[in-house]
Amino acid sequence: MSLELAVAAALFVGVIAYAVLGGADFGSGFFDLTAGSSRRGAELRTLVDHSIGPVWEANHVWLIYVLVIWWTGFPESFAAAMSTLVLPLLLALLGIVLRGASFAFRKYAATLAQARLFGIVFATSSIITPFFLGTVAGGIASGRVPLDGAGDRWSSWLNPTSLFGGVIAVGTCAFLAGVFLVADARRSGQERLAEELRVRALVVGAVTGVLVFAALVPIDRDAPTLAAGLEGRAAPLVALAGLAGAVTMVLLWRRRYAVARAGAILAVAAVVSGWGVGQYPWLLVDEVTITDAAGATATLQGLLVAVGLAVVVVVPPLAYLFRLTQSEEWSRPEH
Amino acid sequence: MLAPDVVTALAHLATEAEPAGLLPARQQMALSLGWHIVLACFGVAFPAMIFTMHLIGIRRKDPVALELAKRWAKVSAVLFAIGAVSGTVLSFEMGLLWPGLMGTYGDVLGLPFAFEGLAFFLEAIFLGIYLYGWGRMPPKRHVLMVLPMAITGVVGAYCVLAVNAWMNAPTGFRLVDGEVTDVQPWAVLFNLQTFVQFAHMWVGAYMLAGFTIAGVYAVGMLRGRRDAHHRLGFLVPFVFASIAAVTQPFVGHVLGFGLDERQPAKLAAFELAETTESPSPLRLGGVLVDGEVKWSIDIPRLGSLIAMNSPDKPVPGLDTIPEADHPPVNLTHLAFQTMVGIGTLLAAAVVWFWFQRRRGRDLLERRWFLRFAAAAGPLAVIALEAGWIATEVGRQPWIVYGVMRTPEAVGDYTASLWWLLGISVVIYTAMTVGAVVVLRSMARRWRAGEADLPSPYAPEHASEANR
Repeated sequence: MSLELAVAAALFVGVIAYAVLGGADFGSGFFDLTAGSSRRGAELRTLVDHSIGPVWEANHVWLIYVLVIWWTGFPESFAAAMSTLVLPLLLALLGIVLRGASFAFRKYAATLAQARLFGIVFATSSIITPFFLGTVAGGIASGRVPLDGAGDRWSSWLNPTSLFGGVIAVGTCAFLAGVFLVADARRSGQERLAEELRVRALVVGAVTGVLVFAALVPIDRDAPTLAAGLEGRAAPLVALAGLAGAVTMVLLWRRRYAVARAGAILAVAAVVSGWGVGQYPWLLVDEVTITDAAGATATLQGLLVAVGLAVVVVVPPLAYLFRLTQSEEWSRPEH
Repeated sequence: MLAPDVVTALAHLATEAEPAGLLPARQQMALSLGWHIVLACFGVAFPAMIFTMHLIGIRRKDPVALELAKRWAKVSAVLFAIGAVSGTVLSFEMGLLWPGLMGTYGDVLGLPFAFEGLAFFLEAIFLGIYLYGWGRMPPKRHVLMVLPMAITGVVGAYCVLAVNAWMNAPTGFRLVDGEVTDVQPWAVLFNLQTFVQFAHMWVGAYMLAGFTIAGVYAVGMLRGRRDAHHRLGFLVPFVFASIAAVTQPFVGHVLGFGLDERQPAKLAAFELAETTESPSPLRLGGVLVDGEVKWSIDIPRLGSLIAMNSPDKPVPGLDTIPEADHPPVNLTHLAFQTMVGIGTLLAAAVVWFWFQRRRGRDLLERRWFLRFAAAAGPLAVIALEAGWIATEVGRQPWIVYGVMRTPEAVGDYTASLWWLLGISVVIYTAMTVGAVVVLRSMARRWRAGEADLPSPYAPEHASEANR
């Protein structure tokens, strides 16, 4: 594997991690928004709060990781994407800012009225963010970001591939969140809530699955390079996504929640990897390849050192955090 | 000074050369950086204070200290959340506003950001563990979970300052026919200039956070709440702030060494040196109007002594530097002197406090001192902001000193970029209001005797509200 490819792979691991881990946090906003009135939704909203509270900031850092590796490893393509896709990126950023702030505010809000206000902002921005990040992915994957950064600032993300990308991002986030929340509800002994979430997760899963495969039709015409990749090199991943998604649905149906989480992660990771492998070797599709977009060699080597260091110093505490959140002591309610 | 036709020509050149998006982009960056920097200071300095307080609580079995540590942890949860998202804004803006910088020099300046990202990762992980670990982990292990955050604060701040130091004194690459070659990213991470600049910011962060937190308890004492809780809550951050405040003048002074070589225009602006005078006076206040210094109080010789470490070596004047390379002089000068003035005042005040304490006089009994202590936090914020304005505005018109001018770096935007600034002002105001409302309500409930702050939408609470 060449140096450029190794750095691109490290970057894409970040994209997958953000899509899965950050995605599950964003997806919980969908369930929060549709939880019903304050009284009816209180139990679910408390669960959301408890599930993502300890981990959302750590999961958010994957986005920073992606941005930093991108601008350091492939600077020109980063500047180009930022310039062309400025509008969806700003809207996603708005969602990121409002989501994080209002989530923290809601947790410590004094009154129900305040909690309601912050809660609505939290939940809506949790849906906005993945949508616009999805349109960004669509813009890049359909070859609408020229290397000089002078792409059309509207049609680069208002196009079939982008719109499907946005909706699929929202769907996969909600699906992940649904599966994770069901498991969390079961672990903390909230069986009634788990039943309710199970049905909704099944619906979300079915809709998202249909969307993912329906998107292949418009992509075929709108993003031929990506489509060729999806039908060729990435075809096994597309099949894997379908299979893992279907298995997850069965597991949910049969109330095997703990195992279902693995299936959901695999399914979403396969969808995202399908995009990545599908557009390989392009970094900006039809514009610049990974090799041509790469920055200075010494910097790429430095980045691999940083990534290696991350594996050693970040992954163990991250695993510790996740293990703690899944433990018995952490599952009982606070205070 | 200049002939009228030259002035007209220059003005014409300025309007022609300046992209419409430049000013709104700079203001946008100033707003988001200026807002984030306050929270970044808490991110850097607060964990060490929480750790100290928590450790006092465990060692002395002191319930007051434990309660303080627990409350501070909850406050930090709110502050770090908005700190994390406002920091993300900066990551986006690097590319959105300054594609010329990132596209050209991304692989030169990027590596420190990668290590900063690692530090941020660890900080976020241990924040989660520490916050949710109360009562769920053995106390002795739990208290250690905040320690990595104090360390990552150091690493993160160092890395960010490495990039800023690089913008002031670029290194680690060569320009050959306009092409960036021979990139040495490690030279950017480990250059000597970084270390001093980092030390200045790190110490400043402890001043800002320490004085601000101590000020909260000073206000409490002013309102008659003079219990062990308030005294301890004041003293721990005040000790941190005191050490930082007396260290800072020396660090700042060392940072100034050689500025006449590195960035003569910035030094001339700091010192308001229009012409080269030997020995140079120290100019307190004053502004430059039409090339003439007005309304300043000049102290002879002191300028040479402080800025040049010499009785008569002159500060090189602005007249030795081409007009096109001048920064906005007055803003730079006034911001610099605001920083130095407040820093000196705070250093003197803490020395006085501890001196009096040694003599057995407790200034916490004096209302005037408590009022001052309450104001010290906002003053430290102003000093820090002024310091950043001084160094950033003083670097203009360069984004990378001597290599790339700010107009070359800005994205291709029309004046409609002002809309973004307008929206950002609204959002940052709302976030500020939200944080203040929530933090004040937390303090109010704590005073009312609530130990834990349950989720307001938890079932039992909801039924209460509906009653």
